[in-house]
Amino acid sequence: MSWGLEGPVSTHVPVLRIGDVLLVTLQGELHDKAAEQLQQDIGEAVAGSSAGAVVIDVSGVEIVDSFLGRVFAEIAANAKLLAAETVVAGMRPAVAITLVELGLTLPGLRTALDVQEALRMLAQPSTPLSPGQGRQENA
Amino acid sequence: MTETSGRVAACLPIRSDTDLAWVRQHVRQAAAEVGFGLVEQTKLITAASELARNTLVHGGGGQVESVFLDHGRARGLRLTFTDEGPGIPDVERALTDGYTSGGGLGLGLGGARRLVHEFSIDTSPGHGTSVTVVCWVGVPPRPREEAR
Ligand SMILES: Nc1ncnc2c1ncn2[C@@H]1O[C@H](COP(=O)(O)OP(=O)(O)OP(=O)(O)O)[C@@H](O)[C@H]1O
Ligand SMILES: [Mg+2]
Repeated sequence: MSWGLEGPVSTHVPVLRIGDVLLVTLQGELHDKAAEQLQQDIGEAVAGSSAGAVVIDVSGVEIVDSFLGRVFAEIAANAKLLAAETVVAGMRPAVAITLVELGLTLPGLRTALDVQEALRMLAQPSTPLSPGQGRQENA
Repeated sequence: MTETSGRVAACLPIRSDTDLAWVRQHVRQAAAEVGFGLVEQTKLITAASELARNTLVHGGGGQVESVFLDHGRARGLRLTFTDEGPGIPDVERALTDGYTSGGGLGLGLGGARRLVHEFSIDTSPGHGTSVTVVCWVGVPPRPREEAR
């Protein structure tokens, strides 16, 4: 089986600022090192700003394993120390189903259907949601 | 269910985190080729990612072999992750959710077992570890208690 020349692409992850919120958009394959770099970048971005929240858009992410899940949880824990909330937005239903089966509960993370909903949620008082809530997937 | 024959799809090295990404990419393509649905593909790739990372982190590196299985109406994919690392002294404990000898969450092995249809570990202390998983197309997930 041949794959062509280029391997899975590790993407550069930009951190955007929208008002009080840092928006991070993840795409495709994230190498472990890129994920760790992201964790550090977000930590620094939160510390270096007065951001009150971090939104991680994972709608372009096809796989979340325990490594990436732990990175999300640590991002949230770090942000919390700096009084910022973290919302994971747009998780694909297949990914959410898989995470439940894997046993990864992502404590401390709020989830939203998409970035818009995340921003709306952040404008309101906390109501924790569970991954995949209110969604159905045809296997 | 024991499968007898199959066509080897690939044998890939697991030596770096870049290799982990290659393994995920390969399993994605192979699973799509076999005809797995999106959720099944996602489960299989995630299980593969966990097992490949264990091969790398705990086993000191190794390889994965993937085999297309075709038994009349049953089509599937078998993945075997092999290393020559320290082995797993207590497999039952290693499969327990939350058990980790490192800084992990201890979910990889037990979680991977829940994500596939067949799961077996062949390990001996000092001689390495081989973990084999099989998924069949269109077979519903195992009941929870059977996965324990
Ligand atoms: N290939 C292997 N060789 C040696 N030991 C292994 C291997 N795979 C797993 N283990 C042992 O089994 C334990 C449990 O593995 P598991 O994948 O469940 O958790 P983890 O890798 O420690 O953490 P996580 O996968 O959640 O990040 C490991 O901590 C390790 O001690
Ligand atoms: Mg592991």
